[in-house]
Amino acid sequence: MGKVHQIKRPKTLLDVDSHYCAGCGHGIIHRIVAELIDELDLRGRIVGIAPVGCAVLAYNYLDIDMSEAAHGRVPSVATGIKRSHPELQVIAYQGDGDLASIGTAEIIHAANRGENYTTIFVNNCIYGMTGGQMAPTTLPGQRTATSPEGRDTATMGAPVRVCELLNTLNNPYLLVRTALDGPAGVRTTKKWIREAFLGQGADRGFSLIEVLSPCPTYWRMTPEQSMEHIKTTVRKYFPTGVFRHAEKERDECLSA
Amino acid sequence: MDNRILITGNEAIGAGAIAAGCDCYFGYPITPQNELTAYMSRWMPARGRTFVQAESEISAINMVYGAAATGARAMTSSSSPGISLKQEGISYLAGSELPAVIVNVQRGGPGLGNIEPAQGDYFQAVKGGGHGDYHVIVLAPASVQEMYDLTMLAFDLADRWRNPALVLADGRIGQMMEPLTPHKKTKKRNLPPKDWALTGAENREKRVVKSFFPAIGELEQYNRHLASKYARIQRSESRAEEYFTEGAEVVLAAFGTVARLCREVVRKARKKGLPVGLLRPVTLWPFPAAHFEKLASSARAFLVVEMNAGQMVEDVRLATSCRLPVSFYGRMGGGVPEIGEIYRRTQKLLTAVSAKAAS
Repeated sequence: MGKVHQIKRPKTLLDVDSHYCAGCGHGIIHRIVAELIDELDLRGRIVGIAPVGCAVLAYNYLDIDMSEAAHGRVPSVATGIKRSHPELQVIAYQGDGDLASIGTAEIIHAANRGENYTTIFVNNCIYGMTGGQMAPTTLPGQRTATSPEGRDTATMGAPVRVCELLNTLNNPYLLVRTALDGPAGVRTTKKWIREAFLGQGADRGFSLIEVLSPCPTYWRMTPEQSMEHIKTTVRKYFPTGVFRHAEKERDECLSA
Repeated sequence: MDNRILITGNEAIGAGAIAAGCDCYFGYPITPQNELTAYMSRWMPARGRTFVQAESEISAINMVYGAAATGARAMTSSSSPGISLKQEGISYLAGSELPAVIVNVQRGGPGLGNIEPAQGDYFQAVKGGGHGDYHVIVLAPASVQEMYDLTMLAFDLADRWRNPALVLADGRIGQMMEPLTPHKKTKKRNLPPKDWALTGAENREKRVVKSFFPAIGELEQYNRHLASKYARIQRSESRAEEYFTEGAEVVLAAFGTVARLCREVVRKARKKGLPVGLLRPVTLWPFPAAHFEKLASSARAFLVVEMNAGQMVEDVRLATSCRLPVSFYGRMGGGVPEIGEIYRRTQKLLTAVSAKAAS
């Protein structure tokens, strides 16, 4: 038999009951963030910002200083924290309603100003917390609580691609889209969030990691089906990849 | 040496904020307070402090929230429609017990209105504005010097009570120029330490800044905690100025720009031997009810003068329990009451109450 690797809970991930659904991507991403805070020893100098959405209680799971924010306004709260205390690392955590709907102006302008903080954008193509309504990122034809016949792009718009949008701006440092569609996707997500943290520490500027995430409950799928759905369908509308990695030509990748 | 400077009211707010140690200013252009935003864009960076022109008033108030959460002294300013945009953020500040200073240089409303001075946001400032049971401390300057002094006071009150404070001015006082005597040295006030601020959980338990209490019963308990704080503020922080109220049969009541006009009316009246005085609230919340209650025993009538359709007049009636007539004269939509007109109505009211007393 091979070596048994014991998976330990990261210190920064608090030992409390989770409210997330089985198969939800938040659980994976929270763990990634907690592991990185442990590995990079950030606990004493990091502030997190929780959105309005399923992750509104993120401050119950991460053992770091955290602030709430009004719906959509996380980038402004981040700006306020970072401008007044540039020595602090700031991690912003937002869903697709928070970032791509009500908060569209805020994320574009924080990115445009090049605010030196990291955003984890959890894109699960739906509004989970409020009962499965359509999001700007909902796929064409997808049935939701507010598009019961399926999203009709002629009247309801088509999926909004945030990485591509922000990539038209001059200032962002790092814009990456990854997918939680299997172990490799989870590892890639961790790699780029780590890169974002290191970049922030080196004052590189605005970083955003968009993570395609499963919502088995409102996609009406099993957890396994939802990951397959990301791999085969969601990624067709939201291609994964590195859209912007400024200074990569000059420096080695910080994670190397 | 005389260190007075001639300055606009709007800029005096900026000077007061900087003297008070404001760390961060987040603003957005809107008339008639652009002199303040421009002043801060120059002088905050010059002193190594933070200035950001946000993309909207909504973004600006949320930047204030973030900075305040770290323990910084943060401020934003706007005018009426922009203050409407900030209401959710103000509710969040109060609900999260964060200190912050918000400045409203009022203009005509409702809607887009105009860019003339008005006092139509009294209700918005004093009765809520945003959702939920909360109050902001409201200060009403009536001179360029008070724009400076009361802004400094706003920062101290906000820190003392962990609550947002609002400076309620208007376009006239904002854009007029008067001499200002800056303070030579800032008085050190006894303020509580910010042991709730988000500074990175080094060698301590984590802290959370929030206003969300979903567990059954928790939010009601929290609301009671806030209510008791507001009761303590009401008992200790109300401020008002009395001008020739001794023996006054008719007492004028006004705040801000209108109080300046009423002061002139009182001077004219007293020169003619008419028993007229002025009670000028300096804090609109907490409302100086005790001053009104006291004068209700000696005066025969109040005449409330405002640049709105009648807002503070309701609080005067409440404070005096309608024990005596409370009349109202107002101009709206940018109209400013004329001294002659206020004087004429004061005379008329005086005649009426004297006649009644004699009968």
